[in-house]
Amino acid sequence: MLTESEAWKLLDTVPDPEVPAVSVVELGIIRELRCRDDGITVVVTPTYSGCPATEVIGLAIRDTLAAAGAGRVELETRLDPPWTSDWIGEAAREKLRAYGIVPPTGRAAVGGAQPIRFVKQALSCPRCGSRDTERLSEFGSTACKATYRCKSCLEPFEYFKPI
Amino acid sequence: MVADMTQATPPSLEHVEYVLRLGDNALILGQRLSEWCGRAPVLEEDLALANMALDLIGQSRLLLTHAGRLEGKGRDEDQMAFLRVERDYRNLTMVEVPNEDFGRTTVRNFLFSAFQVLLWEKLVASSDSELAAIAAKSLKEARYHLNHSAEWVIRLGDGTEVSHARTQAALDYLWPYSAELFAANPTDDAVSAAAIGPAWGELEAAWEAMVLPVLSEATLVVPARTPFKTFGKFGRHSEHMGHLLATMQYMQRTYPGATW
Ligand SMILES: [Zn+2]
Repeated sequence: MLTESEAWKLLDTVPDPEVPAVSVVELGIIRELRCRDDGITVVVTPTYSGCPATEVIGLAIRDTLAAAGAGRVELETRLDPPWTSDWIGEAAREKLRAYGIVPPTGRAAVGGAQPIRFVKQALSCPRCGSRDTERLSEFGSTACKATYRCKSCLEPFEYFKPI
Repeated sequence: MVADMTQATPPSLEHVEYVLRLGDNALILGQRLSEWCGRAPVLEEDLALANMALDLIGQSRLLLTHAGRLEGKGRDEDQMAFLRVERDYRNLTMVEVPNEDFGRTTVRNFLFSAFQVLLWEKLVASSDSELAAIAAKSLKEARYHLNHSAEWVIRLGDGTEVSHARTQAALDYLWPYSAELFAANPTDDAVSAAAIGPAWGELEAAWEAMVLPVLSEATLVVPARTPFKTFGKFGRHSEHMGHLLATMQYMQRTYPGATW
């Protein structure tokens, strides 16, 4: 059987399938580990309700822990509190940027109505650093990212949305 | 059936009905939005519509699973989604009418997501803790849907002559369907009394305060209310619902219980 800290270390090697630059631990979706006599229970929270990566992540968690001799691996889904991009740590944010995805800026909005306007957010291009960028769409290749374009180097890039 | 020790009395029929409504709205609009996959006017919007469809279908899975548990007849999310008959669906008629064009799809997403945001904000405090958890999660997603669709309503309405005309036609078509959102009914009364969720009629003023300024900025004219009424949330659907279900249910009807 594995100890809890061994299991955390192992899970920190499981990449997010959509954003492989960060691990599922760094993303903040592993909420709790409970060691049992015959195995381990992993409590996971989904990023977005419809995130298609959720099932793949579950399989990867099982495979990784089972291969390391964790015994019977059980997955438990926890919705409350809901996942927030605020749980992505500083080191992971830098990994995202190096990977070409601008990490979420500031804190996720809590409560209150959002202004319904063309929200212009000056993001720095992760490639050339220019602040002359524009948003193309609030959504990108996955729900968690928005699509931007750099007007200096003309490259598109993605922004991990605060939520 | 497993006894639930945390609940002294079984969930009321109205409670099940209310959760079913939420789940069916998300499911049916998710199905409609997924029809855009590969067909949207530009790539960015193709991705956005598919992502919003995924959010909605994800929400509907949580809600239909919850409704099935409350109902206590052993039905899972798939049975709820794919093996009910038309009259058992509790979604608003507004979400089942065809997409028509990008204008109508956008205006519907806007009117509906504004309502969703207000509703989820209230449901976060539901006496049903599972529903409250689903609401807290869905609220974050609905806010993005609202921002996105509001921006497009303004861009299209205050755009070219053609985009304005099509968006106005979409609003003229959809506005009468929005009356159904707020229609009073005994389900809402019971659910509201049990602090499970608000009667939807309570949200009307806040909804208008949210949508009217955007429609006005989009230079669109809001039609007057008429006696036109729809009853999708009571299970009486439009002629479009059967066609939608035929497509959506085909696989499970042909191979009941199929998994992959
Ligand atoms: Zn650049």
